[in-house]
Amino acid sequence: MAEFTPVNLVTGFLGSGKTTLLQRLLADPALGDTAVLINEFGEVGLDHHLLERIDETMVLLPSGCVCCTIRGELSEAIRDLHSRRERGEIPVFRRIVVESTGLADPFPILSTVQNDPVLTHHFRLGNVITTVDAVNGAGQLGRHPESVKQVAIADRLVLTKTDIADPVSVETLLRDVQRLNPSAPLWQTADRSLDVDLLLAHDHFALGDKAERPLRWFAEEVAAGRRSTATGRNRHGDSIRSFSLAFEGQLDWTMFGVWLTMLLHCHGEAVLRVKGILNVANSETPVAIHGVQRLVHPPIHMTAWPDDDRRSRLVFIVDGLERGSIERSLETFLGVIASPLPADAILAP
Amino acid sequence: MCALCGILGPANHWTDAAARPGVFTRNLDSLQRRRERLQRVACAQRVLSHYRLTLSDWQGTAYLLSTPTGKTEIVDNLTHLWAAAEKLLGRRCDPLDPAVINHLGPARG
Repeated sequence: MAEFTPVNLVTGFLGSGKTTLLQRLLADPALGDTAVLINEFGEVGLDHHLLERIDETMVLLPSGCVCCTIRGELSEAIRDLHSRRERGEIPVFRRIVVESTGLADPFPILSTVQNDPVLTHHFRLGNVITTVDAVNGAGQLGRHPESVKQVAIADRLVLTKTDIADPVSVETLLRDVQRLNPSAPLWQTADRSLDVDLLLAHDHFALGDKAERPLRWFAEEVAAGRRSTATGRNRHGDSIRSFSLAFEGQLDWTMFGVWLTMLLHCHGEAVLRVKGILNVANSETPVAIHGVQRLVHPPIHMTAWPDDDRRSRLVFIVDGLERGSIERSLETFLGVIASPLPADAILAP
Repeated sequence: MCALCGILGPANHWTDAAARPGVFTRNLDSLQRRRERLQRVACAQRVLSHYRLTLSDWQGTAYLLSTPTGKTEIVDNLTHLWAAAEKLLGRRCDPLDPAVINHLGPARG
């Protein structure tokens, strides 16, 4: 998917260090060819000044919160960057990073990039990076449902301000964040250097490449989701929990698609994330799926199994849904197709 | 959009993903694509029979969803299917509903 420009989203609650993180990332030579879109809420935008980089590949979306008022503007801004890049008016960029307002629900932004009829042919979604403020994070998670959602849908989590926060509260927040989203790798800005490659480049689409590192990481992320099952509910957003399911044998891809679309249609608001490795009938290597609410990324045909485990594994982060009913439903749907049709079976139209 | 009948082209759905490097799809050639559509109709029909709805392929470009009395909706993909089914039925189609699960029978294994 090299010809598709990845679009990353940096989100996180107000004052959680999104701009500081972005500033740090953009200083890395690996991200020298990145275009940046900044969405600011309020009459006078400041974040773009803090980045200390004003050039033609930096776009400010000043007219409101990107999630509810200016989705059209986001789409227009990315289209405009694309047109200018193709005409050679601006330097060639190989990645776009969108920094959302702290109040934004990330889902509409992701949906815009994936479903816009023009953007879908040139851009693809990359990792969502969520910053969590170690000083105020616990309070924000307790009071603002947006911040819980921002954590739950993240592909990568960065705990900021850990150097000025009380170590005990950092530990508590760390546990809470990992319960909300156990499969997302987590960094603390204070105590270790950020690996830009892992943060941005190792995304869902990298699983279709030949490189082994993303495969290993993906397997670790799914395994982390599985290990979390015993930790139970989270005190922030009591109804949000994560669990994992594993299935022996090969599953029927078509029936799985019927089931997942039906589930997401009916309960899309409550399925914050679904991610997994599927052992699909008539396929030698696994298929990686990755969904955020009603948005499902194109399924990736992985080049190899990341480990010896040949079971299909799915990790869910849900709000209010019961693990038992999801498991029973999926098993029943898949059980209907007891013997999948062979690849060369021809059905007369 | 079809120039003759004016029907909008289907949106790019993940179960119908375009053949691109790295992406898992059963859209590699027209025969495979056609076979997958028919299998999809068969799978969805097992579930829809609970609601007494009938699904069929329409020219390889859309699906027709009908009630026993003949009320029909044209749908583009699986996501539209469930919205159209709910519109025809006047109630939700929930895969977690025990009645749906009982209709489909015992779980595998």
